[in-house]
Amino acid sequence: MEATKAQQTRSMTMVQAVNDALRVALEQDETVLLLGEDIGRNGGVFRATDGLQAQFGEERVIDTPLSEAGIVGTAVGLAVSGSKPIVEIQFMGFVYPAYEQIMTHVSRIRMRSLSHYTVPMVIRAPYGAGIRAPEIHSDSMEALFTHMPGIKVVCPSTPTEAKGLLLAALRDPDPVLMMEPLRLYRGEKEDVALNHYETDIGKATKLSEGKDVTLLAWGAMVAVVKKAAAAVAEEGIACDVIDLRTLFPLDKDTIAESVQKTGRAVVVHEAHATGGLGNDLVSVINDTSFLSMRSPIERVTGFDVPVPIGSLEDHYIPSVSRVVEAIHKTVQF
Amino acid sequence: MNRFPLVQSVDQDGKWVSQEEKIEGTLIKSFYRHMLRVRTFDKKAVTLQRQGRLGTYALFEGQEAAQVGSALALKDHDWLFPTYRDHGATLTFGADMVRTFLYWNGRTEGCVPPEGKRIFPPAVPIATQIPHAVGAGMTEKRKGSQAISIAYFGDGATSEGDFHEGLNFGSVFKTPTLFFCQNNGYAISVPIEKQMNSETIAQKADAYGIPGVRVDGNDCVAVYQTVKKAAERARAGEGPTLIEALTWRYGAHTTADDPSKYRDQSISDERRVTTDPLTRLALYMKRERIWDEQWASHIEKELKEEINDAVDKMEAFAKPDINNVFDHVFATPVWPITEQKERYLKHVKGVSS
Repeated sequence: MEATKAQQTRSMTMVQAVNDALRVALEQDETVLLLGEDIGRNGGVFRATDGLQAQFGEERVIDTPLSEAGIVGTAVGLAVSGSKPIVEIQFMGFVYPAYEQIMTHVSRIRMRSLSHYTVPMVIRAPYGAGIRAPEIHSDSMEALFTHMPGIKVVCPSTPTEAKGLLLAALRDPDPVLMMEPLRLYRGEKEDVALNHYETDIGKATKLSEGKDVTLLAWGAMVAVVKKAAAAVAEEGIACDVIDLRTLFPLDKDTIAESVQKTGRAVVVHEAHATGGLGNDLVSVINDTSFLSMRSPIERVTGFDVPVPIGSLEDHYIPSVSRVVEAIHKTVQF
Repeated sequence: MNRFPLVQSVDQDGKWVSQEEKIEGTLIKSFYRHMLRVRTFDKKAVTLQRQGRLGTYALFEGQEAAQVGSALALKDHDWLFPTYRDHGATLTFGADMVRTFLYWNGRTEGCVPPEGKRIFPPAVPIATQIPHAVGAGMTEKRKGSQAISIAYFGDGATSEGDFHEGLNFGSVFKTPTLFFCQNNGYAISVPIEKQMNSETIAQKADAYGIPGVRVDGNDCVAVYQTVKKAAERARAGEGPTLIEALTWRYGAHTTADDPSKYRDQSISDERRVTTDPLTRLALYMKRERIWDEQWASHIEKELKEEINDAVDKMEAFAKPDINNVFDHVFATPVWPITEQKERYLKHVKGVSS
C-alpha cells in the first residue's frame, strides 16, 4: 500500500512543486510555520503558498507586515524557541533589508553559542531576470550568501528538485537559503512524487554525459546550458552538463570527476561576474584538477552592472550563443 | 507636559511615593544585594581591563536598578535577549559569572547560558535582538506556555529599523514580549536630543497600539513593579509593552572610549550623589528600618569573594580549543571548513614542533 502511494505522482510546474512541498511540511510537523508578505490570503505573489492558509490557518501561514528584517528577525526567535519557520522573501532583490539579520544572527548563532542555540530555518527567495519584472526584482545575489559563513544555499532547476531540496532544507539542522528561479516557476511541467522525499543538499546532478567539455550551471541557467550543449552536439562536441543544485557547499567531487575527464570547463551564471560564484568554481577546479586541464576555464556571466529593466534584460542574461561561443573558445584553445 | 509621567516608587530621598503596595523587606534586601553584586562585578571588570587581564569591556555602572529590577521581575523559564551592556541583567537572571567574564575575554564559552536558563548571546548589532524576542514570544504563545520574552536595548536602538519592525510585529501578533529600553541619554556620543525629536521613547508605543511606560530607571523598586505588571499582562495574553527606563551611565561607552570628549563628566559626579540607584535604595531601607550595617558589610565581603573567585576561575579556565574555530558553524561539517581545518591544524602542528 505504502509502495503504491509512494509512486503516486502529479504533473506540476516548479511553483506547484514548491506549494506541494510546503503542504507536506505543514502536514507532517505542527511546529512548521510559514511567514511572508502576501503569502496567506493571496497565496503569495507567485502562488507558491496558494491555499495553504485556508488549509492550515492564519497561525501557521502568517501574513506578516511588509518588513523583511522583521520577518527574518522574528524567524530567528521562532527557530531558537523550537518552531520551524519557512520564510518567503517575495523577491530576492528584497532581501537586502534582512541581510543584516541573516549575516549577524542567522549565520552565526550556532558558532557563537557553541551549538547551544541553533536557528534551523528555511528562507525561500524567488530570483532572477527574464520575466520582465520591475527594477530590483530580478537580482541573483547568491554570492552574497555563499560568501556568508554558516548558511547553506540551494537552487533547483526542476520541479522535482524544488520539492526535494525544500524538504531537505527544512530537515537540515542549519539555516538554508533556497533560491527559486522565477523564469522556471511556470516553465516545464514534470511528474512529481506526491509523498515526502528529499534531494540531498551538497550533491550536484549530471544531466548529460560528454567527453569534451564540462558545463556547470544552476537554476535558470541550466536550461540555457542544455540548449548550448544540444547546439554544439551537432558539431560533434559532447558536453558533461552539471546542475550544481547546491551552491554552498559545492559538490567538489562531481565537478572534479567531470573536468578531469573532459579537461575543459565553462561556468555559466546569471549573477554578476566579479566576486561571483563562478570564481569559486574556477578555484575548485584549480585545486582539484589543475593537471587535467587542457584549456583555461571560461566564465559566461551577467555583467558587473545592476540587472537592467525589461527592455534590456535579455542582453544581461547569458544567452545560448554566448555559452556556445565560450565552448568553442575552450575547444579551440 | 508629556503623557507618560515618570513612574516612581522611591524618590531620591528614599521616600515611598507610590500608590502601590510596599514590597517586603527580604525582597528589598535582595534588590540591594543584586545591585551591589553587579556593581562590584562591573568595577572589577574595569580594573581587570586596565590591568590587561580582560579585553575591551562595556560598562554599565549607574544602570543597576534598571537591569536588576527588570531581571528580578522575570520567571525562570522566560527568555532574555540582552545587548552587550546587559550583563547586570543576565547575571541577576542566572547567567554564570565565570562565563560572563570569559565573554569579555573573547571566549565563545561566554555565550553559553547555564542549563535551563534561556539567555540569548548578547546582541552586538543595535536593535537586532528585538524581533528575536518577538519570535520567541510567538512560539511560547503558540505552545500556550506562560513564558514571556524580554528584549533589552538602549535609546540609540530606537532609531534603528529593527526596533520599529520588532514593535510592529509584536503588536500585530500580540506576542508576550517586553521591550525594555534603558535610556541613558547617549548613543555613544550622540545625545538623545539629536537622536530623536519625540519627547519620550515611551510615546513611541502609541504608534504600535501598545502600552508605553516611563519609569525611573534608577529606582529598582519602580522598575521591578513596572516590569512585573507588564509581564503579568503579557502572560495573560494581552500583548507587549514598551518600557522606557530613564537612567544614567557614569562611565564610558566601553573601556576603549573617552566620554569627556562629548559629555560633561561632572554630571556623572553629581549624579553619584543625587540619583544613584544603590544610595537611593539604602536610604529607603534605612527609613523603613530594613537596613542592617552588619548585613551590609557581610554581603560586601561575600560578593567580593564571589567575584574574586570567579576571576580566578576565569583565569584558570582551559585554553581556547582551536576546534571551536571550525566545529560549530554547521551541525554536520561541510568540506570547505573540514579542509581548512585539517590544513590549519597541520600547519599549527608544524609551527609548534
